[in-house]
Formats: sequence, structure tokens, C-alpha cells
Amino acid sequence: MPPPSEQAEPAIAVAGLRRDYGDRPALEGVGFELAAGASLVVLGQNGAGKTTLLRVLATLLRPSGGEVRVLGCSLPDEAWKLRGRIGYLGHEPLLYRDLSGRENLRFQARLHGMPRSAAEARIGELLQAVGMERRADERVAELSAGMRQRLSICRCVLHQPELLLLDEPDSNLDVEGRELARELIGPGAGTRVVVTHDPERHLPEADQVLRLGIGEAAVVS
Amino acid sequence: MTPSRAAFAAILAKDLRSELRTLQSLPAMSLFSVTTFVIFRFGLDRTSLSGSLAAGVLWATLLFAAVLGINRLFVAEREEGGFDAIRLAPIDRSVLFGAKVAALVIYLAALELVAVPIFAVFFLDGAGGLGPLVAVLLLADLGLAATGTLISSMAVNSRARDLLVPLVLLPLVVPLMIAATGATEPLLALSGPSYHRFGTWLMVLGLYDLIFGLVGYAVFDFLLED
Repeated sequence: MPPPSEQAEPAIAVAGLRRDYGDRPALEGVGFELAAGASLVVLGQNGAGKTTLLRVLATLLRPSGGEVRVLGCSLPDEAWKLRGRIGYLGHEPLLYRDLSGRENLRFQARLHGMPRSAAEARIGELLQAVGMERRADERVAELSAGMRQRLSICRCVLHQPELLLLDEPDSNLDVEGRELARELIGPGAGTRVVVTHDPERHLPEADQVLRLGIGEAAVVS
Repeated sequence: MTPSRAAFAAILAKDLRSELRTLQSLPAMSLFSVTTFVIFRFGLDRTSLSGSLAAGVLWATLLFAAVLGINRLFVAEREEGGFDAIRLAPIDRSVLFGAKVAALVIYLAALELVAVPIFAVFFLDGAGGLGPLVAVLLLADLGLAATGTLISSMAVNSRARDLLVPLVLLPLVVPLMIAATGATEPLLALSGPSYHRFGTWLMVLGLYDLIFGLVGYAVFDFLLED
């Protein structure tokens, strides 16, 4: 076993994380480490703070206390260094309804500084991977929730992030959609944190499991 | 980090494309201004206005029409997750402020392309003052856009944003409106356009633009934090 100084830094290291909404604590005393390339599945009942945890890791929420390091960056002070390195799939698809799926992906590619030709190739490849190439030029407002989720998965992995934060990635997807999505955000996709209400599907893929409870300490197994 | 110019162009192009496709702001702003001119025409029972009254009617109408667009400036970001998408991207967040100011200036310019000629037809005896008025409109638009973007970004997370924007914005733009009407008044004088203190008022407008542009640039990053 290599000495501690030579051990690779975990992709995520959380200790004593607390996040409050006003006077109400949403997360308290959460701690875990996740190695690079590993998958963490987060379970817990509604209101246990799963989405809050994911948003803290994504730098979208500031922690109220504790230590959080993601990809070697300490949050919230070094959050700016993480931008562009995370793929976040939340409850909202983060797509503009009045633009088409392709236009949304082009917009994201430009925000992430991707060269135009490389972006077009990547967008085409992703749309094909999720079976959306024929509907990609329709306005997002005209698409079903499942199709929006497929596009949102494309948005999430478009810039080839080092860390995937996935909040119920299967929601609204049909069986075919789940299988297609698995190619992009499944266990082979690198370091992942997956929040789910479907442990039967995601536990076999997990290297670690974090159970959050309301008013209880988080349990890592 | 993505170059700011590329991110600015991407956000501005996205906003303009959305507006062209949905026409949510510009038609409402234009229709509001035309309706207000009609009300002024019959309310004042005058077919000709000049000087301070003409300047007041023009700027009050443009200001309240602008509030309609300012109210909707960040709605897509709020309701469709655009704030999160932008916060996750490797861009300087003040680029969003700059792009929104630019979008609002374009909306205001488009509004004025409709409203000012109609104002001239309804109320002016000649069009001599309209040429130099362009400079006043441009400088006032910049200030209104900078202040409006700042207030809109603060109010968008509130359910009462339709109330908050005018309540907070209108007091802040009083100096801008004083300068804009001060610069417009001699241009629309009954005896023909004059340039009495025109340069001074333009400098006041420029100073206002600079102050609120810098304030917006400085605090916008903080406003986007949770």
C-alpha cells in the first residue's frame, strides 16, 4: 500500500457537511469519500437531502458548514475551478423550451468553449446515441418529458465532464431510453454520484452507497 | 474558461432567437406605447405638444413600456433552469449581465423604432429634433438597460417580481429620466430644436450609464449565488 502522500486524492471528499435552508437543516453531518472512477448511489426518503447534496457538489448551493472537496477543489472557495468539469443532471432539464434540442446543445457547447466543428460532431453523436436525431430540430416545448430527459442527458455529458452528478437519471425514460442512457451515463462513464429511488436498478452498479435519513446521520456502506 | 466574447455572443443570440420565435416582449412593449400615446392624445385633448410636455409624454411612455420587457428579461433563466446551466459553465458570470444589457438595449431600440415615429405623427409639428434625439435615446437606453437588468435579476426569484421591478426600478431611474427629458426638451421646442445644455445632459446620461454599468458588473456575480 503506498504511503498516504502518494495515494491518489479521492474525487470527492466530504466531512461534516451541513446545509441549512433558513433555520431548517437539510443536510447535517454528511461525510464520505469517493475514489476517482467509482460510483456512489445515494438513497433516502423524500426530503432527506439527496438533491441538496447533489447541488452542493455541483457548486449550485453553498455548504453551510463542513468540508467539501470535489476534484481537488475546496468548496465554496474554489468553485470557479470546477465549472465545466461537472456534468449535472437535475430534476429540471436545463433546456430552453423555445429553442430546439439541437439549438440548446449548441448553446451549451458555446458556453463550454467547444470549437464549432467539434461541437457539431459531438452533438450529432450524442443525439444518435439517445435516439433523438430525428426530433432534434423540434422545439423542446413540443417534446415529451422522456424526450426532454434524453436531451438533458446529452447536455449533461456534452462537454465530457470528469464527474457526473445524476439526480434520478431514469425519470420519465422508457425502457429503451434507459438502455440508451446507460451507454452515456452508466457505470462505464467515470466517476458518478447517482441519486435514485430505484435501488434495484442502481445498487448493482454501485461501488458505494450513501443512505440519507431525515434527522439522522448519513450511513455509507 | 470560455472566452467572454464567445459566451456573450452565445447568450445574446439565444435571447434574440427566443424573442423572435415567441414575440413575448417586443409586441407588448410596442402596443403599450401606442396605446399610451392614444390615451395622452385624448386625455390632454391636444394634437400638438412641445418642450417639456412633449419630452415628458415621450419618456414616461418609453419608461413604462420598458418595464414590461425588464419584467420578462430573466424569466426563461428562472423557469427553464438557465441560471443553473450558466452557473455550471466555465464562464465569467458577469458575461450574463453584459449579454442581458445588450439584449435589452436591442429591445428598447426596436421599441423606439415603432414608438418615436408614432409619437411624432401624433404630437409633433416637425421632425427637426428627431435626429439629435437618437443620441439621447441611445444613452438613456444604456442606462435603463443596465439598471433594469440589475433589478430584474434581483426580482426574478420573487413571486412578486411584477410588483418589485417597477417599485425598485422607478426610483432608481429618476436621475436618468430627469437627464433624458432635460436633453429632449430643447430638441422638441415649439420654436424648433435648440441645443441649450444638450451636451451637459448627455454627459449626465453617460455618467449614469457608467455608474450603473460598473455597479451591475461588480455585483452580478454575487447576485447569482444561491
